[in-house]
Amino acid sequence: MHIDLRTVTIKPLRHTFDNIARRIGADKPASRYQEGTLDMQQTANFHYRPTWDPAHDIYDASRTALKMADWYAFKDPRQFYYGAYTLARARQQDTAEANFDFVEGRGLAATLTQALGDTVLKLLVPLRHVAWGSNMNNASICAYGYGTAFTQPCIYQAMDQLGIAQYLTRVGLLLGDVDTLDEGKRAWMEDDAWQGLRRYVEDSFVLKDPFELFVAQNVALDGLLYPLVYETIIDDVLSSRGGTPVAMLTQFMTDWFGETRKWVDATMKTAAAESAGNKALLEQWTTHWRDRAAAALLPVGAIALGDNADSVLNDVVQQFDARLAKAGIAN
Amino acid sequence: MSTVFIALQTNEDTRPIIEAIVADNPHARLNEQPAMVKIDAEGKLVVRRSSIEELLGRDFDLQELHINLISLSGNIDESDDELTLSWNA
Amino acid sequence: MDMQASKKKLGLKERYQVMTRGLDWTPSYQKMEDIYPYVAYEGIKIHDWDKWEDPFRLTMDAYWKYQAEKERKLYAIIDAYAQNNGHLGVTDARYINTVKLFISGISPLEYVAHRGFTHVGRQFPGAGPRVACLMQSLDEIRHAQTQVHSISNYNKYYNGVHDFHHAHDRIWFLSVPKSFFDDAITAGPFEFMVAIGFSFEYVLTNLLFVPFVSGAAYNGDMGTMTFGFSAQSDEARHMTLGLEVIKFILEQDPDNLPIVQRWIDKWTWRGYRVLTLVAMMMDYMLPKRTMSWKEAWEVYFEENGGALFKDLARYGITMPKCAEQIALEKDHLSHQAWSTFYNYGAATNFHTWMPDEDEMAWLTAKYPESFDKHYRPRYEYWREQAAKGNRFYNKTLPMLCQTCQIPLVFTEPGDPTKICYREVDFKDEKYHFCSDHCKAIFEHEPEKYVQAWMPVHQIYQGNCFPEGTDPTVEGFDPLAAVLKYYHLEHGRDNLDFEGSEDQKNFDEWRGMATKNV
Repeated sequence: MHIDLRTVTIKPLRHTFDNIARRIGADKPASRYQEGTLDMQQTANFHYRPTWDPAHDIYDASRTALKMADWYAFKDPRQFYYGAYTLARARQQDTAEANFDFVEGRGLAATLTQALGDTVLKLLVPLRHVAWGSNMNNASICAYGYGTAFTQPCIYQAMDQLGIAQYLTRVGLLLGDVDTLDEGKRAWMEDDAWQGLRRYVEDSFVLKDPFELFVAQNVALDGLLYPLVYETIIDDVLSSRGGTPVAMLTQFMTDWFGETRKWVDATMKTAAAESAGNKALLEQWTTHWRDRAAAALLPVGAIALGDNADSVLNDVVQQFDARLAKAGIAN
Repeated sequence: MSTVFIALQTNEDTRPIIEAIVADNPHARLNEQPAMVKIDAEGKLVVRRSSIEELLGRDFDLQELHINLISLSGNIDESDDELTLSWNA
Repeated sequence: MDMQASKKKLGLKERYQVMTRGLDWTPSYQKMEDIYPYVAYEGIKIHDWDKWEDPFRLTMDAYWKYQAEKERKLYAIIDAYAQNNGHLGVTDARYINTVKLFISGISPLEYVAHRGFTHVGRQFPGAGPRVACLMQSLDEIRHAQTQVHSISNYNKYYNGVHDFHHAHDRIWFLSVPKSFFDDAITAGPFEFMVAIGFSFEYVLTNLLFVPFVSGAAYNGDMGTMTFGFSAQSDEARHMTLGLEVIKFILEQDPDNLPIVQRWIDKWTWRGYRVLTLVAMMMDYMLPKRTMSWKEAWEVYFEENGGALFKDLARYGITMPKCAEQIALEKDHLSHQAWSTFYNYGAATNFHTWMPDEDEMAWLTAKYPESFDKHYRPRYEYWREQAAKGNRFYNKTLPMLCQTCQIPLVFTEPGDPTKICYREVDFKDEKYHFCSDHCKAIFEHEPEKYVQAWMPVHQIYQGNCFPEGTDPTVEGFDPLAAVLKYYHLEHGRDNLDFEGSEDQKNFDEWRGMATKNV
């Protein structure tokens, strides 16, 4: 028997789950982002305290000093749930793959001057460790933060940074070889130019407050690093010296930063708008970590910019301050 | 000897994969269930990229298996050319 | 720029090495124990994290590519299923109660798994396991969300799951799965991996997913079947991770063996107790049965698990001792569970019913040793009573096991006529247990298990009524107040399937689809 069920028009009893209806104010159809995000994290009647952190509940808003009446006030402007996230990244991955193929297939790496190629490798290869650090830190924010609206984008951010570390590894392998990666790691461990940044990253590993870590990693460090390295040095300065193929290999990072900063800004804006106390705390964290990040990035910028690094970085910091001011954070 | 298995969704993508696995593992048994097929084999089962490519008529990355994989058992060894499932005991 | 004449092409393993553990370094500005503070206290000794063997080697670009393809396929089917009123194609409306059980009992656990794997994926000092755990964390949020998205359409037309997040944190029987995962995530990172990565994912997951998913396929539920199979494709990676973790820990130091063996014993039993829900789902809730619980246990635990433990014998690992008791219980488990839920059907968010004649015959055939002797007479009596208008609902509260939180309804191993009770005195309090295994788990860590949020105790203490309730007023109806606290609507979400709104609506809607009205 064939049943053509489409012919039946039946009236639903309800349009979404009660928790969603309570939050959006009415029983109306909800988006997949909403149904996949709101109240996903358990909130009540936990059975046991973590043996690894008995002072807190499994999920505990008091792990951060930031105070929110409702942690679901946060909204990811990209509305990423897993499906939307992977589809977006798969498209970018396609482009990145095509770019790598293009550069490799046409031997464009060979068109770079020796000096330019060396600079690119000296600058980019150690950055794979910075991206790896961000992977760890975003895992940390996701694990110890409160509320799915805040924590969910952090697992995406963590895996994106792993992806970026892997793209940087491929750049190293394409323009160099396995020894190039070893040399990059040696520089990361030993060279003066990298020690400020490595200290920054290692210090961030021991931060316990997930929101402060969010500021240190996603706001301050990435907020200066991406505009400096990808938007300015690669896309601008090095491209004008014949480095366009490199810009193709790092297009993922440029696009990624343009996209993720919208989420970072929205998160800061919502948190700062909550209370004067939050605003003051965020300003204190932002200033502290911005200054440390700027100092750590100066010698890194100098690898490609030489004496110009100081003025370029000043511009980047000014743009950063203007960007944060829009989110309600004065510096 | 213990049995290892791999279970795949049955669809157009997996038809040649299943065919290749069965051809490469004459000792394997095909166990067809609704919407899935479970391939059981004593001790060891090998999935070979070249055999799948021959049937598909195109390049195949063994990691494409993930799209239609349902379950498996045994210790896994994965290389560019082969995926092997085996028990040591 | 000079390019080397011929660059060595890296194989999959070497390439994956530089893409993951090559990224890591030994810190010098902060101490290892400050960066990874949780890895020492369980007593597991790891000497060389580099000995870790990566399971599947997916880099992020490949992950995004393949997962996006799975998601595209899955959501196309979810959309089509909703647009075509696919829910009216299921065998009968009783089936939908398995979906209710799934979303309120299991889907929230997928979310905890996501957070748990993020936590351990941050805490292991080895880069290899960290990446594998974080990838699993990402998969787990996928599972939680695809389940909510698939079942969202059922919620629009059927009762019981309209507030499932709220329910999961509160309803009495849902504390069984909830406390299981709370137990795992509050344990140390190595125990979490043995509990979830190995015992649950490797040993027991086939018993959860394959019956549910093929149950969905047998009963015409394309939506659930699709998310189920799609999730299983990730499980294959997770199972491999679970097995690698065990092998890695055991190879690192012989002192790890007794700790790991105790965890395997504990978590196999804890997981098995949670699977009680699956057992009754398979034997009672699927209108069209796939296989019996007993058969599933034999195939997926005794056969596959047997091969696994034989393989692990080289490390000194033995089959968990509880397997003997489970074998004795396999003729009884699902019947005792369904009887309990039939009893407490006024306080559940799904419907219960008595099997019909055909279904009883199936149960007799599948359970020749036990069904006719111990359970059929009970069911026939209840059915008779229901026909006379005396459908029995138990309104007293049962004693719960302090460990698994299941009411004390299971029988003594080997004697299905005698309820099994165990008790322990600890710091002037008495604690009750369903079995020797749950008792032993408590005795090893009493400080942990005394913390448990026991639903029955909480009701008696007055903690499960809506705010402002005065239980001292005359005519106070505790069950009604508890249902309000659960956000359950009496008469719609609970009680017998026979006469329910679900039953009525489904018949009417399907009638509209198949007849000329």
